[in-house]
Amino acid sequence: MFEALLAMSAIAIVLGAVLGYSAIKFRVEGNPLADKIDAILPQTQCGQCGFPGCRPYADAIANGTAEINMCPPGGEEGIHKLADLLGVEFKPFGAGVEPKPKAVAFIDENTCIGCTLCIQACPVDAITGAAKQMHTIIAAECTGCELCLAPCPVDCIIMLVSEEKVSNWKWKYPMYALSPAR
Amino acid sequence: MRFSPFINKPITVSQIMLRVLLALIPGIVLYVWHFGPAILVSITLASITALATEALMLKLRNRPIAPFLQDNSALLTGWLLALSIPPLAPWWLIVVGTAFCIAISKHLYGGLGNNMFNPAMIGFAVLIVSFPAQMTHWLTPHGLHQIELSFADQLEYMFFGILPAGVTLDAITMATPLDTLKTHLHLDEPMKQILDMPIYGRLAGQGSEMVAWGFLAGGLYLIAARIISWHIPVAYLGSLFITAGIFHLTDPAHYVTPLFHWFSGAAMIGAFFILTDPVSSPTTNKGRLIFAAGAGVLTYLIRAFGGFPDGTAFATLLMNICVPLIVVYTQPKVFGKKGARR
Amino acid sequence: MKQRYQFHGGVHPAANKTQSTQTPIARAALPSHLVIPFRQHAGEAAKPVVQAGEYVLKGQLIGAAVGSISSSIHAPTSGTISAIDSQTVVHPSGLPDLCATLIPDGKDEWIEHHAVDYRNLSQLELRQHLRRCGIVGLGGATFPSDIKLRALKSPPGKNTGILIINGAECEPYITCDDMLMRERADEIVRGTDMLRFALSAGEVLIGIEDNKPEAIAAMRRAVAESGLPFEVVAVPTIYPGGSAKHLIRVLTGLEVPSGKLPTDIGVQCFNVATTYSIHRALDHGEPLISRIVTVTGNVAQPQNFEVLIGTPILELVAQAGNKPDTNRHIIGGPMMGVQIPSDTVTLTKATNCIIASSPALFPPLPPTLPCIRCTRCAEVCPVELQPQDLYWYAKAKDFAKTQAFSLFDCIECGACSYVCPSHIPLVDYYRFAKSEVRARDAEKQAADKARIRHEFRELRIEREKQEKAEKLAAKEKAAMAAKQAAPAPAAPQTDPENTVQMKIQAAIEHAKEQAAAVKPKNTETLTPEQQADIAEIEARRARIRELASSHVEQPKEN
Repeated sequence: MFEALLAMSAIAIVLGAVLGYSAIKFRVEGNPLADKIDAILPQTQCGQCGFPGCRPYADAIANGTAEINMCPPGGEEGIHKLADLLGVEFKPFGAGVEPKPKAVAFIDENTCIGCTLCIQACPVDAITGAAKQMHTIIAAECTGCELCLAPCPVDCIIMLVSEEKVSNWKWKYPMYALSPAR
Repeated sequence: MRFSPFINKPITVSQIMLRVLLALIPGIVLYVWHFGPAILVSITLASITALATEALMLKLRNRPIAPFLQDNSALLTGWLLALSIPPLAPWWLIVVGTAFCIAISKHLYGGLGNNMFNPAMIGFAVLIVSFPAQMTHWLTPHGLHQIELSFADQLEYMFFGILPAGVTLDAITMATPLDTLKTHLHLDEPMKQILDMPIYGRLAGQGSEMVAWGFLAGGLYLIAARIISWHIPVAYLGSLFITAGIFHLTDPAHYVTPLFHWFSGAAMIGAFFILTDPVSSPTTNKGRLIFAAGAGVLTYLIRAFGGFPDGTAFATLLMNICVPLIVVYTQPKVFGKKGARR
Repeated sequence: MKQRYQFHGGVHPAANKTQSTQTPIARAALPSHLVIPFRQHAGEAAKPVVQAGEYVLKGQLIGAAVGSISSSIHAPTSGTISAIDSQTVVHPSGLPDLCATLIPDGKDEWIEHHAVDYRNLSQLELRQHLRRCGIVGLGGATFPSDIKLRALKSPPGKNTGILIINGAECEPYITCDDMLMRERADEIVRGTDMLRFALSAGEVLIGIEDNKPEAIAAMRRAVAESGLPFEVVAVPTIYPGGSAKHLIRVLTGLEVPSGKLPTDIGVQCFNVATTYSIHRALDHGEPLISRIVTVTGNVAQPQNFEVLIGTPILELVAQAGNKPDTNRHIIGGPMMGVQIPSDTVTLTKATNCIIASSPALFPPLPPTLPCIRCTRCAEVCPVELQPQDLYWYAKAKDFAKTQAFSLFDCIECGACSYVCPSHIPLVDYYRFAKSEVRARDAEKQAADKARIRHEFRELRIEREKQEKAEKLAAKEKAAMAAKQAAPAPAAPQTDPENTVQMKIQAAIEHAKEQAAAVKPKNTETLTPEQQADIAEIEARRARIRELASSHVEQPKEN
């Protein structure tokens, strides 16, 4: 009886020491889970999830305070990836929250009054221009977040859905009927 | 719009399966020659059942029926099962076995190309476990009959279970050569005396050794026609020979010769027709060698030390389980990656 | 005899080459109009330097190369540019791309051009010349040739680099290289000598499949007459023996490592047609405006034509004689070709063959059955992939697994689909998986860039806020100091104020540090290569400007 108690305590102490040591030795700075989630998010910084950017949303998911199905730009695939990472069930998008085709903003340069409001709104600095000067979108940097649409006082910004071109065309999933093609 | 390539080698799954069926014919002919035409009845029964079950399952699974019925794969499964079980058996034995092969071990796994286990061997395993008595009534080869049973009498027994007056089942059937050997070795009889029994021929069982020659010939045709690769038959027969050889050399009084093992039971049909089923065997050549060598050792161990007289079926199924693992560890090196390990 | 090596797999489809080698190369008639795409090469599309309505001479630059991997586009004959717009091009997508339409004036009048003395050009000038002449690989990949012309290092165990001229032409039906070698062997040998000079290669091997004895004989004769130390090697006929990496393997025994280029192991490979056009570019100063094309299949007289780039495909096919049951046209060979998406498409630099197809010639596929893992595909795969596993994962859209199974080593030769007894379009699955993986990688990169830009913006906003606070604090301090100095010695600064100041100061310094950390690398520390590239770009700019001012009317500034 006494030996058993002694043995159990000894094991407990040893294992506790190992755990304690590992906790110090292998301590990870920051929140690696949030980093991994952030790496999955599409970085549009659009705020459609209700958080001010992708990182805050990633932090919220990591803390368990946000659902995984709130990022329309990430698409269903994004939800699948998050579900895989976190080991939770896939959750479809709620009503009204649906991914849109990828688009970039375009400023109608004839209407633009050069107010800089869109420049201030752009989360990725993809708009150039200065006060009283015409603004323009750097299409390659635009994430299509639509945050510039609302502030524009003259509604000169529109979203252009990116067209399929020879340079960005993708092969389709092969569809072949099992039955003879007659 | 169609994409390249626009030309195809004129070969189809159906033709491949058909050639395998053709390669079985020498063995079947010798079977009929030595044991009578009963086997043809069970092959016919198996074929009909296989096609009917295949059609039913395809319908239930909402798949097109015609292209799959024409692929000959169900037919092959039926033939292999019919050749693995005693021909003089009640009709329902082969029907139940074949239906199980097709419905459970093929279609429930996703149909053609998706079965993890060899369907015919699953059918065999189910029958030998469920109906052990019926599975031991093997036909006696011509020349050893105490009573010669006519084909009509055989049919009557198969379909109605009626034997001619005064004839018992034991008088017209016998245990397999492997089974007989096992039983008599258990009784501590000397090896020489056992092998001098009339049911043994030159190498192994009287008649059955000739059938094995037939399967060997058909198998060599398959290799020559590049339907199967040499890896599985060579590794299987090789490892069976080596294992049996080691035991035989250490104790010839208790362990029979390697050639006896080659030409008894399902060794030959297993080596060329059963283990080589592409769906349930490894896809890499190295993997095939490992897979078949493992099956050879297991076959011997089951025959020599296990509870069943033959081991080919269970060895196949056990090695089928290992296939995914074997394939992962035997990936060939890709062009341009020869230097580096993957 | 030269030792030849083998590679795994390969198939032997019916060659069908003799039909189109019965007559010499014919010159195709001048077409009614030409449509010249600006994207005829791997890399960036060329930028138009002419405008609609402009008159151009034969050989005049109409599209200038942009970016590091790009090439130039020229007018194939003299005439008027009638439009510069999007038109359907030869591409599996069937999508339109930017093209120039040229209406020939029938004079076929050359722009001024002259031979260059390539032995007295620097490597850079030589490359620039080829880039200006629009020379790209004519074997099918259309990779700009100028990029491949850097001095070769030596392969392992050798003293000098190896130049390989690819005359294998392994794909069925295609005979354009065969005919070119038969008829213009001397020119190819001259081109080879230029390449050998540019690459400073020691060993030169010309690989030709042994089903082209006439071409081998012609090339051997030309090499012997030139007295150059080239070796013409007959290689076994097997598809895809003409793939550059596989020809290198057969001729040298060297294996180009996965993901690397032949030049990384000291070997460079050029197609015979490319070699011929390099000869034209250097010895005559001619840009690449025509090529040899095989017109075969379901036509009255299969034969080879020398055709201007931009010629409408169907106009060319008609010259070989249409047959009524032709149901489609295939550009390239039957193994790797593309069905033309529209009757209006025109010939590009990549077009080596046009096959008029009929249901009798290329019958429709039998129904597709599930994979039975028979591994006939693995047996013929020249890259030793496991196509059945790749197919499985591509079908399941498990792209990580496809990459683990070396998806990107697949050369899309089609040998696996060719032998598949279940008639599974395997290559379609690999192409699908590859383009998905590429798109995902691009998306990931875009996301990473957006993240960095977003983080930088947050940092900048924070810094601006601090700078404002600093200014405000400084102003307050000045005001206070003035107050202190003027009336009376004021009370010593209170502690809270002091700490606020310090905090602000610390924050400013922190922000400065962070700003310094993310400062982009400037242009002071450049490698000689980068400097050379800059020099090259500057030189090109100057030349384009010069060219534009001399031959092209400058677009009016408005």
